[in-house]
Amino acid sequence: MFYIYCPYCEEHREEEEFHAAGEAHIPRPLDPDACTDEEWGEYLFFRTNPRGLHHELWVHGVGCRKYFNITRDTQTYEIKETYKIGTKPQFTRAEENA
Amino acid sequence: MSNTTTQTDATDTSQNIVQMNQIPADASVRAESPLYHADLKTVAEQGTQDAGIVLQELALLDHLVLRGSVDNAAFTTGVESALGMVLPANLQSAEHEGRVIRWISPDEWLVTTAGGMGFELEQQLREAMGETHFAIVNVSGGQTVITVEGADAEEMLKKCTPYDIHISHMPVGKVVTSLFGKSQAVIRRTGEQGFELVIRRSFADYCWLWLQDASGEFGFSVKES
Repeated sequence: MFYIYCPYCEEHREEEEFHAAGEAHIPRPLDPDACTDEEWGEYLFFRTNPRGLHHELWVHGVGCRKYFNITRDTQTYEIKETYKIGTKPQFTRAEENA
Repeated sequence: MSNTTTQTDATDTSQNIVQMNQIPADASVRAESPLYHADLKTVAEQGTQDAGIVLQELALLDHLVLRGSVDNAAFTTGVESALGMVLPANLQSAEHEGRVIRWISPDEWLVTTAGGMGFELEQQLREAMGETHFAIVNVSGGQTVITVEGADAEEMLKKCTPYDIHISHMPVGKVVTSLFGKSQAVIRRTGEQGFELVIRRSFADYCWLWLQDASGEFGFSVKES
């Protein structure tokens, strides 16, 4: 069981109250009509699936019902941090910074 | 229903919002709380004397969901002047003259007031806040309130929710939305031995049966609302 810190409720809650909602930081193309099929396909379907640190979108569905981000290690399941939508993660993979 | 309510409709032209009193003016329309079918009145008469838990439905209160930004001074001062209390911060609640306001999300509060007073309160709030950015929705029909009191109330609720409700972690006045059985509830501590649950109408029967089952080992009685 995870014990997850909700950045909106500002306290730790049981994992049961949360739901994962996929990878975080995927910007919607500003002009979808101008996208090529490949760009639109990338946006809709292709995800990074890294080994190690991964930024994920989670929702506190049974609590404050807000979406927020989690940086989680996909190998150890360790949650490094949770942060509000619109803010940047502290923990990143080396190649993300390159 | 719209036929019986049109007399009390008022259109706020500044915001182009139709405000509607959801309680029909026609008194012959019977109001049924979500636990009407459970016949709590009969159950209340059968209650044990030395009950460790006392359950009561606060039936047919008016519930308003209030949304707005805490950074918006017009919103916060408007609420304060209409309700006579400051908007509670994260996981807090406030009570004043029978009205309770609960924090349920960073931009969302649940206000309960006596049955039939919701429309009046909604209009007071709209007037106090003027044209600032906010939303009020009357959700009275969608949920109900149950109070759980007694020496064993905390012990019993520990079986119902994964949230740590010990008084050191959940002091009087704290309010959390968490799991309740397989459903969910807005749980508020009203006293050292008192709690209050806001449950959804569609889950009211399930929650009630769950409460009865969980309270069985302690002995419980039901207070008529």
